[in-house]
Parts: sequence; structure tokens; C-alpha cells
Amino acid sequence: MAKQGVEPDALSQPFWDAANERRLVIQNCVDCDRLQHPPSNTCRDCDDGGELEWKQVSGRGRIYNYGVVHDCPVRLLQQDQPFNLAVITLDDDPGIQMYSHLPGVPVDEVPVGAAVEVIFEPSANGQLVPEWRVIAD
Amino acid sequence: MTTPTAPDAIYRHDEGLGVWEHRGKVAAVGVGHAPTSRRWDGRPETCVGAITIDALRKAITDAGVAPDQIDGLVVVPVTTTGAFWEAGKPLPMDVIESFNQTDDPLDGIAKLSAEWLLANMPELTNVQFTMYGPGCMSNALNVTAQAVGDGLAHTCLVVKSWHNFEGRYYQGGANAGDAIPGTPAITQLWGGPASYSTALQFAEYCRKYGKSHEMMAPFMENSRRNGLMFPEGYWAQHRPEELLPEDYLASRWIAKPANLFDNDIPIMMSGAYLFSTAERAQDMKQNPVYILNHASSNTRPRSLVPTLDEVEADTARTGRKIYEGAGISADDLSFQNMYDGFSLFHQFHLEGLGYRGIKFGEALDFYQTDISIEGPNPVSPSGGNVGSGRSRVWMHTDCIQQLQGRAGARQVTGVKPEVAVSGGPMPLGGNFTVWSASPD
Repeated sequence: MAKQGVEPDALSQPFWDAANERRLVIQNCVDCDRLQHPPSNTCRDCDDGGELEWKQVSGRGRIYNYGVVHDCPVRLLQQDQPFNLAVITLDDDPGIQMYSHLPGVPVDEVPVGAAVEVIFEPSANGQLVPEWRVIAD
Repeated sequence: MTTPTAPDAIYRHDEGLGVWEHRGKVAAVGVGHAPTSRRWDGRPETCVGAITIDALRKAITDAGVAPDQIDGLVVVPVTTTGAFWEAGKPLPMDVIESFNQTDDPLDGIAKLSAEWLLANMPELTNVQFTMYGPGCMSNALNVTAQAVGDGLAHTCLVVKSWHNFEGRYYQGGANAGDAIPGTPAITQLWGGPASYSTALQFAEYCRKYGKSHEMMAPFMENSRRNGLMFPEGYWAQHRPEELLPEDYLASRWIAKPANLFDNDIPIMMSGAYLFSTAERAQDMKQNPVYILNHASSNTRPRSLVPTLDEVEADTARTGRKIYEGAGISADDLSFQNMYDGFSLFHQFHLEGLGYRGIKFGEALDFYQTDISIEGPNPVSPSGGNVGSGRSRVWMHTDCIQQLQGRAGARQVTGVKPEVAVSGGPMPLGGNFTVWSASPD
């Protein structure tokens, strides 16, 4: 699916740079050793904000949940309607979620609970974007 | 006068705060609603500022209060339903020149400031206190109740309005572009519509408890029925159509399992109330409806979307806060008007309240019983956003009118209207008010 291009900003630059190297990194608080996603300028759990770093994760996860989008507000995606939109939880920390269109999985036939691994697909401006594909357990 | 946004300390976020210090000492008296419409037609007299003035004046008249007795005004400054004035689009100068303006030409058209309202309501000569309760009416009500209780104002108006322009909901701006900035891209690149997160929570709920989307049909039918008895509402005014189960279940998907009717219809509307101290309210035109408590949730999900565990933990926490501050229990509720836009999360609120003893996973079965206004277990007698269009206001108006005994054809008859609760919006994060016909 042709996703919109991505123009990295200061906060998200490390995430997108890593994606272009086909690596998945997630923001981590050094002080409380807790991952957070989406990224933020401060740790959401530390009262004093915490010191943040970017931590590479395994790129393995599970399909936690999904819906089927029939009426998408994003113009570039409307030609692909209906499409799966799943939530993936990371094996490194099941509290961390990422979205996926689950390329290759038929619409509304999503195997909730199945194992997935990260792949990287180009968006409209060439920026690589993390996506997920189902793998054998 | 520069209007501040309500400080965080004004909200009752935490458990363990005890009974609200102003319990029964603040009252809602007057109600005012402007006529609704699907979209703005471009005329000055129908812009969001104009309909807000209309609603405010009706609330003042309804309460029977002289305008110069009003010393407070709480406003929700954001008025969008998801429609924004496009950058570069010519300003409607005929509309702008019809009003006294602030520095922002879109004030009164695509947003609303307290300063704009005061500049265009010259009869409000004695307003000393203004404050913003951002978000929705549920938020502003908490601010108003606390402000009146704290003595910041003794007779205070509160208003929430919505504008809706031409065009598809949320399809302009960044969503229409070829690229978006990197941080919002992390959540928006995949194209989920507004109801997607709620649809996910509902899907997880159905998987966990063995329920189905079809089980929503009685709730939807009942809500539209109640809405058609709400003369201030959109469906009653413009499209007096029942919502039969077969029509609901046949409607197109937006984000399966959320269909078209599970998404509330965006409209132009304005609703206003007049609050006062319980003492002053005795001399006003309508029966006072006393505030027993206000409670808030500022919980955020750990990551992108709330999990069912997070939802259930927070709605249960909200229920405990509501009851603790009001000094009541679930058994004291005559009815509930928790939020429903999107319809697929109303059951989370019901279960968090433990309304009529409902436990987690039981609300959809409860929907299969008599939930009408004539029965002993009314659910959403206002009809909510499902029944009257997107406003997040109907639930509060209904609580006031029911407890005043002037809800008309919508008046509950299966229970004595004594204590009610309303609020929202979402199961995580929201603001709630407990209303009572008696201060005790």
C-alpha cells in the first residue's frame, strides 16, 4: 500500500533513520528503563522527565488486535480500501504497540495472536516505514 | 480581560478525595439550545458565534435571571467537529463585519473566545470571571461547578458549541497531502479513522466475552427513539427517522466493527446552562438541579491505543471517584447518561459504573432487556449523540431536564428521577457530573 511520505522531525529523526537502515528502535528511558511509543520529549513515567535514548528491539511481535478500514481519512490510502489495520505488540515489551497493514494477509482474515516480524517498506517519498508480516511460530 | 484555561487543580482526578466540598451547594437552573443544522450555510446569523449567543440568551431567559446578575462565563473554545477553515481560503468578510471582532478573524466562525462573546453580548455587563474548559461540555461543567463552589462566580454561564463546514470529516489538511511530519506519522500513517480505536476496544471486548456487534442493535434503536423525543436535537429537527435494527446492522462499515451509525453525525449546535449557588438558585424560574460531585480521568494508554484491560481499570476507577465524591453508591442512580459517541464504548461506561449491578462483559446482555425510559433500567434516556447528533451536550441537558421534571415526551416514567450521572467522552480520560433533584 502506498503510504504518505514521511518528513522526519527532530523528535522522530532517530526512529526514521533507523528504519532506513532496516532497524527498529524504540524510545527508552534510561532512568526507569521503560520503553515508550509513540516517542515524546520526556519520559511519561518519571516525574523529572527522565533521560531518553533510542533502543534497538528484536523486531518480533504478535498481532494483538485489528480492525478493517472501509472509510479512510488519508487520501493516498483510499484506493486500497477496505484494508486491515492491526495493532502489533512487541515481544521485547508487550505494552508497546505498533500499527501494521499486515501485507499479504487477506482482508478481515487476520490471525489474532499470530507471530510477526518487522519488515520495511518504502513510503511515497522513499522513507522506509516499519511494517509487519506473519511468520511461523 | 484575558481568559485563562482552567488549571489542572480544578479537576478531581484522584481517588481518596472524599466527598466533594461543595456537594449540594452548586446548582444548574437554566438550559438553552440553539437550532441545529448539518453544516454552516455561510450566513452571519448561523455562524457558530451567533448560535452560541442564541443558546446563552435562551439559558438566561430559561433561568429567569437578569443579564446583569451574571458574573461568570465558562467557554469551550474549540468548536470543530473535525472541520477546519482551510489555509488560504478567503475569509468571509460579510460575516466578520457583522460582529464585534477580536484579533482573530475566525473567532466566532471556527473557534470561540470568551472575549468575542462578551463583545457581542452587551447585556452581560457584570461578568468578572471567565475561564476556558477545553475539550467538551463535560470538561466545562466540572470547571463551572468548582468555580461557583469556590466563589469565583455566583451566577455563571457555561457553553459548548460546534461548527461544521462543507467537506468530508477529517479528510483535509495533512490527510490530503503526499507527506506528513515524522512524529505524527508514527500514529497517522496507517490511516485509521476517528472511530478506529473504539472499534478495536469493542472487538477485543467481543472476543473476550463472546459478544457480537449485532447485540448493539437494541441500544441503537432505543437511543434514536429517545433522540426523536429530544426537540433540541438534530434528528428530531431534521430527520425524524427511527433506527430499526435491520437498518443499523445493514449500514456500511467505517472501521469494522464500527459502522456508520456507530459514528455520530457532525452538526452545528450550541448548548448552554446557567449555574448558580444553591442559595441563589432558589429564587430562579426553574427548579435547581444540584451538583453532588464532579470527577475526572486523565489516564492515558501506555502506547498507541487503549487495551481492554486499561479501559476496564479506568472506567472502574472513574466509577469509584464518581460515587466517593457524591457520597452515593450505584444503587442511588435513577438513570445514567454516559457518553456514546462512539456508540461502541457506552457499555464500558455502564460497566465501570456498575449501573444496575452490571459487571464487566454484561452490558450487551443488559441491552437485550428493557432499557427504555418507561422501564426500571433506563439507558441513555437522552439518546446521546446517537439520538441527536454530535454535541457531547445532550446527556447533560437530559439530566437537568429529567430532574426538573420537564423532559417532555422523554421524561422517564419507570423510575423516580432523583439522582443521575453524565459525562465523557472516552472511557480513558473524561469528566463526569453527578446531578440531584435534592441538595442532600
